[in-house]
Amino acid sequence: MWDYSDKVKDHFFNPKNAGAVAGANAIGEVGSISCGDALRLTLKVNEDTEIIEDAGFQTFGCGSAIASSSVLTEIIKGKTLDEALKVTNQDIAAELDGLPPEKMHCSVMGREALQAAVANYRGEEWKDDHEEGALICKCFAIDAVMIEEMVWANKLRTVEDVTNYTKAGGGCASCHEDIEAILEKVLKERGETFNPEAQTVEKPIVAEKKPLTNLQRIKKIEEVLNSLRPQLMADGGDVELVEVVDNIAYVNMTGACSGCQMASMTIAGIQQRLMEVLGEFIRVIPATQMPKLVSIQEAGHA
Amino acid sequence: MPDIYLDNNATTKVDLAVVDAMMPYFTEYFGNPSSIHRFADGVAKALKKARTQVQELIGAEHDSEIIFTSCGTESDSTAILSALKAQPNRKEIITTTVEHPAILSLCDSLEKDGYTVHRLPVDKCGRLNLEAYKNMLSDQVAIVSVMWANNETGTIFPVVEMADMASNAGVMFHTDAVQAVGKIPMMLQDTKIDMLSISGHKLHAPKGIGVLYLRRGTRFRPLLRGGHQERGRRAGTENTASIVGLGKACELAIEYMEYENTQVKAMRDRLEQGIIEQIPHCFITGDLNNRLPNTTDIAFEYIEGEAILMLLNKAGIAASSGSACTSGSLEPSHVMRAMQIPYTAAHGTIRFSFSRFNTMSEVDEVLKVMPGIVANLRKLSPYWDGNGPVANPEQAFQPTYA
Repeated sequence: MWDYSDKVKDHFFNPKNAGAVAGANAIGEVGSISCGDALRLTLKVNEDTEIIEDAGFQTFGCGSAIASSSVLTEIIKGKTLDEALKVTNQDIAAELDGLPPEKMHCSVMGREALQAAVANYRGEEWKDDHEEGALICKCFAIDAVMIEEMVWANKLRTVEDVTNYTKAGGGCASCHEDIEAILEKVLKERGETFNPEAQTVEKPIVAEKKPLTNLQRIKKIEEVLNSLRPQLMADGGDVELVEVVDNIAYVNMTGACSGCQMASMTIAGIQQRLMEVLGEFIRVIPATQMPKLVSIQEAGHA
Repeated sequence: MPDIYLDNNATTKVDLAVVDAMMPYFTEYFGNPSSIHRFADGVAKALKKARTQVQELIGAEHDSEIIFTSCGTESDSTAILSALKAQPNRKEIITTTVEHPAILSLCDSLEKDGYTVHRLPVDKCGRLNLEAYKNMLSDQVAIVSVMWANNETGTIFPVVEMADMASNAGVMFHTDAVQAVGKIPMMLQDTKIDMLSISGHKLHAPKGIGVLYLRRGTRFRPLLRGGHQERGRRAGTENTASIVGLGKACELAIEYMEYENTQVKAMRDRLEQGIIEQIPHCFITGDLNNRLPNTTDIAFEYIEGEAILMLLNKAGIAASSGSACTSGSLEPSHVMRAMQIPYTAAHGTIRFSFSRFNTMSEVDEVLKVMPGIVANLRKLSPYWDGNGPVANPEQAFQPTYA
């Protein structure tokens, strides 16, 4: 049996807001074929204020899928649509005191259902932009599709490369055989053969020895983001540096990346890369979570 | 009511008589059976007795055909790798799509090493097509490995007949019989089966002990080399207490064989009949007329297995599921997929597997709670509306899939 938190169990045994909402004007239907989970989210949205007045779920799925659906309805009730869209799958998982790595996709399904429902309300078409693969690295919750894409995009050759770029395999190391299998497959498609002894791809990075000035830091961060941009754009997304405060870089993920369920992994990937290049601890945080800065002018007038 | 254990195909409770038989071999008779002193003397004799007890249960001709291993998986790997090593010119393996991972993962890995693996498909009742099998047999095939009974549905394969066909084609035959041994009678000396795997913990012996039956004269290459234990065919100091335990368990299995096929079967039949009568939209999977007496696998449509298990567990009932979410990976049961069970049902399969330690009153208890559990989950399901599935479930609910 999975090691579920008490909160997951509570939401599963006593689900909140089960069933369809009467008179719903926003409906989202999504599923994860690999796990056989599917969710219909129905919302009643106040057309003047855009506040979600009621939310209900119907879920075909396992314990954590039902618990994620239940907690999602609790989180978003009373929020405006824009506020609700800021709820991430991590928020859903956090509200449940965490989910096993294999079950994180249940929280992703919740977030996707929400996006789909909002798109439905606004008369837009919601498209899922993430293909979900088999979970390879259980320590960092990284799937086969993600690893494959990174191997392609960065011409990775060794397990160490994969760990450097995706974190996959950087924990207990028991997935290294699976990572090698992915490398073998992609390298074959590229017309190369996998050689476990191969040199790791050259890291364009030499860690700086002296502490950086803030200007140097910003420049370096820009450099790294520019180097990552092509592969993000290949996936229809982009990244933009908004602000750097001490060792925190606030970025805007746009395009496909912004709604992508792997945004957090991408952010984690960028953060990992930045730390290597800058040789210091850097946190990357979505700009949406940036504390409101008091402008100097306003402060002056006060 | 104490908890009800209906997951005996996963593992079984060790019989107390087995524990009693084992105990002296931890303390009093702790000697290494290879030693030449009185601490070892009784141990070697006990192993010999256990070997004949296993021999009798499976109807082997000689007791030297019994090789003790650490588990069913080791027996499976030993059998297949031995056949490949002994016949280096044969590069093909025949197996089925519904084998246990102990076989399938090994075959996947061998495929990467350049071997060709033929996986026989099954029909919607989980049955094999023997005509297709016959066409696969050739002098290129090193070994056929087909399970005696399926762990999920209990469906029994015609291994005796298939071993005959293999033998006629000059091909070695192995069967993973971990679910069948002790539940249905067998007489290996009357068959052409060359190798057979047994797992102790499936028949009330402890975990960590298994057997590979190896027909006398079958060409063999050991997996583990070292000392002369098991006549040099499986090196490593014998797991003496567990071997003694397995011997006792085999003796008990013979004693209870009739009970298993009458009383245990009656409990299974009553449970599945009761469920089918009380709960709409569920069906039994597998080959209903050709199954292990202790196993039933029921698909509850429009709900998911892990959720059912969690509610059963809360009610003190232990079972298992072919749903994706219970497997530890995200893959749904390969057995259900191979039988083309529709997706809205495959995820809601629950396996109840009995043993001689179950009772009819336990069956009644499960029948009391099961309808409520299914009804409660269906209330949450987007495929369900009030008292039945929504009209055209597949059309009415069409989620966007990731």
